[in-house]
Amino acid sequence: MTITKGNANILTKSRQTMSGGTQRLRDRWAAAPRGARWGVYTALIIGALLLPSSAIGGFMTPRSDWATVLVYPIAVYVALAIGLNVVVGYAGLLDLGYVAFFAIGGYAMAVLGTMWGWNFWEILVVGVLLTSVSGLILGAPTLRLRGDYLAIVTLGFGEIVRISAQNTDAIGGPRGIAGIPHPPNLSDFEIFGIRPLRYGVLDPRPYYYLLVLLIVLTIIFVKRLENSRVGRSWAAIREDEDAAELMGVPTFRYKLAAFAIGAAIGGAVGVVWAAKVISIIPANFPFFLSATILAAVVLGGSGNIPGVMLGAFLIAWLPERFRVFQDYRVLLFGAALVLMMALRPEGIWPSRRRQAELAEGTGGMGALGAEVGGPGGEVEAEARTPETGR
Amino acid sequence: MLEGFLNQFWPATVDGLSLGAIYALVALGYTMVYGVLRLINFAHSEVFMVGTVAALFTLTTLGVSGQLGGLALIGMLLLIAVVAVVASVVTAVGLEYIAYRPLRKRGGSRLAALISAIGASLFLQQLFALIVIPRLFRLPQEGGRLPVQAPGWVRRSDVVTIGDFVVRNDKLLVLVAAVLMMVALDQFVNRTNLGRGIRATAQSPENAVLMGVNIDRIITATFAIGGAMAGVAGALYLMRFEETNYFVGFLLGIKAFTAAVLGGIGNLRGALVGGFVLGLIEMYGSALFGSEWQHVVAFVVLVLVLMFRPTGILGESLQQARA
Repeated sequence: MTITKGNANILTKSRQTMSGGTQRLRDRWAAAPRGARWGVYTALIIGALLLPSSAIGGFMTPRSDWATVLVYPIAVYVALAIGLNVVVGYAGLLDLGYVAFFAIGGYAMAVLGTMWGWNFWEILVVGVLLTSVSGLILGAPTLRLRGDYLAIVTLGFGEIVRISAQNTDAIGGPRGIAGIPHPPNLSDFEIFGIRPLRYGVLDPRPYYYLLVLLIVLTIIFVKRLENSRVGRSWAAIREDEDAAELMGVPTFRYKLAAFAIGAAIGGAVGVVWAAKVISIIPANFPFFLSATILAAVVLGGSGNIPGVMLGAFLIAWLPERFRVFQDYRVLLFGAALVLMMALRPEGIWPSRRRQAELAEGTGGMGALGAEVGGPGGEVEAEARTPETGR
Repeated sequence: MLEGFLNQFWPATVDGLSLGAIYALVALGYTMVYGVLRLINFAHSEVFMVGTVAALFTLTTLGVSGQLGGLALIGMLLLIAVVAVVASVVTAVGLEYIAYRPLRKRGGSRLAALISAIGASLFLQQLFALIVIPRLFRLPQEGGRLPVQAPGWVRRSDVVTIGDFVVRNDKLLVLVAAVLMMVALDQFVNRTNLGRGIRATAQSPENAVLMGVNIDRIITATFAIGGAMAGVAGALYLMRFEETNYFVGFLLGIKAFTAAVLGGIGNLRGALVGGFVLGLIEMYGSALFGSEWQHVVAFVVLVLVLMFRPTGILGESLQQARA
C-alpha cells in the first residue's frame, strides 16, 4: 500500500472517473416509483422479444444469421452467466467447472431423449433435478474448503465430467450423441410470420423465445432469493464467512444451496441447448467455456444481474460481430481480465454492495497475503490457519 | 485387470517416478508462491509452457539432429535447461509485475487475483498459439495450435536392468536432475539470507517488514525461483516427451497443483513427496483402469485429498515446517 504511491494514484483516478456517471443513474433508479420500474421491465421484455428481427440482424452479425447467433451463444451465455452469478456473485464461491453442469444437462437431454424416448418437458424437469443433485454431490465434500482450493477442485470436476463422457462408450464416447429430439410442438399459432411454439430444425426463433422465458423466470427466482433471508446470508458469507457463522448463519448449508441453484440453472440451459442442436459431443464442454462464462460474470459485474447479462452479451456478441476477434478473442479476454482486475475489479456494471466490498478487499476469499498495512491485514491473520474453511 | 497391473508394476513405477519428478518441480512454483502470498498462481502452468518452448527453440536453432547419449546428452540438457530457465524466470517475474503487483498494492481480494491469473494464463496460451510458436518454428498460422515435435535428439538406452525393473537413461536423468534441483532449493531456502527472508515473509509479512525485509524483493525472488524450477521442468519434459504445444501447461499445471496440495501446500519437501506420490498413483491407475483414465485418476485423487486431508501428507506451510 505504501511503496508505489504514484502508481496507485493513477489507478484510483481512472477508476473514479469511470464510476461517476453510473452513480447518478443508480440514484434515479432507486428513487423511481414502482410504476416506472414496471414500465421499464415491460419495455425490456418487449425489446427482447423483438430482438431477433432481421432489421438489426444485418448490423449485429453481418456474416451469420442473427437469430441463430442470438440462441447460441448469446442467450445461452446470458442464461449461464445468471446461473454462475448465483455461485460467484452472490455466495462469493469461485467455480471454475461450471460447464460441467451445462454438460450434465445436455447429456441428460441427449440420453433420455434418444435412448429412453422421453419428452423434452419431462427431461427439463428431470435434468434440473439431476444437475442440482450433482451440484450437491460436488458441493458437499468440497464446500468446506478454502475458496481457492474450491476453484481448483471445481476445475478438476469439470474435467472429470468431460473426460469421463469421452471415455464412456455407452454415451457415445468422443463421438457424442446424435439425433436428439426437438421439443414437441405446442401449437401452430402464428404471429408476424413466426410460429413461436413450433420447434423445428430451420427456425431458431422458437428456441430463442424459450430461452427468453427461461431467463425471465430465472431472473425472477434469483432476484427473489437475493432479497430474501437466503440472499442476505450469501452476502454475509461472501463478506466474512467466519463472522457469518458466528452470527448464526448456517454457512455450509447456504453455500451448498448456492451451488445447487447455480447447477440447476446451468442444467436447464444445457437441456434446452441440447434440444436445439440435435447432436452434442464432449468437446462442446471444454474448460474454456467455464472460463468464458466466468469472464462474462466478472467483466459485467458479479452480483448484479443486469451487469452480468451485459457482460455475457458482450462476450458472446463481439467475436461474432468483428471477425478480427475470432482468432484473437481469447487473447483479448485474457488481457481484458487482467486489465479489469487492475482498473475496475468490480466489473462494468457492479452492484453497489459488491463495489464497496471489493474496495475493502473482502468479497470472496479475503485479501491477498503478504501485504502490509493494507485494508485486508486483519483478514490475513485468520486466513492463515489451515482449517477455518475459507 | 489385476494381472495386467502386476505385469506393468515395475514399468509403471519407473514411469510414475519420472513423471512425478516433473510434477514436483512445477509444484514447487505453486507451493512457494502460495507460501508467501497465499495465492494460487494459476498462470504458473504457462511459465512451464514457456520453458518447454524455449528449450525446443534452442534445440532447433542449434540444429541438433544426431541422437545424443551419455555426456553429450547431459551437456545439451544443461544448455537447453539454462535457456528454459531464463525464459521461465522472465515470464514468472513479468506475471508478478503485470498481473499481481497492481492488485497487491491495492489490497485487492484473492478472488480478483485468481481471476487476473486466469486472464494472464489465457493470454499467454493464445499469445504462444497465435504468434510466438508459429514465428519461432516458422509454421503456418494454424500450426501454432498443433503439437510441435522436437528433432529426435535423445538416444534412449536402458541403463539399469534387473529382471522386470528396467530404467531408461532419459527417465533416470529426469529423476536425478529433479532431485538435485530440489536439494539445491532446500539448501537455498534454509541457508541463505534471501531464503531466510522468504521464510520470514511466509510466516508473517507484517513482522518481516518490521525486521527490515524488503517484501517486494522477496516476492519477486519467490516468483523467480518458482519460474526457474518450472524452466528446468520444461527442459526435462522436452527430453522425456520430445514435443510441446501451447496447451501443454494446462493439465500438467493442475496435476502439479494437485501434487503441491497432496504434499501440503506451502511445504517444499511436501511438493517433492506429493509429486512422486501423484506420479505413481497416476501410472498405477492407468495400469489398472487403462491409460484413458489417467487424468481422471489424478483429479479424483485431488478431490479425495482435499476432502479428507486438506493439509496434505506433510502438512502445510513454509513457516511451520521451516521449509
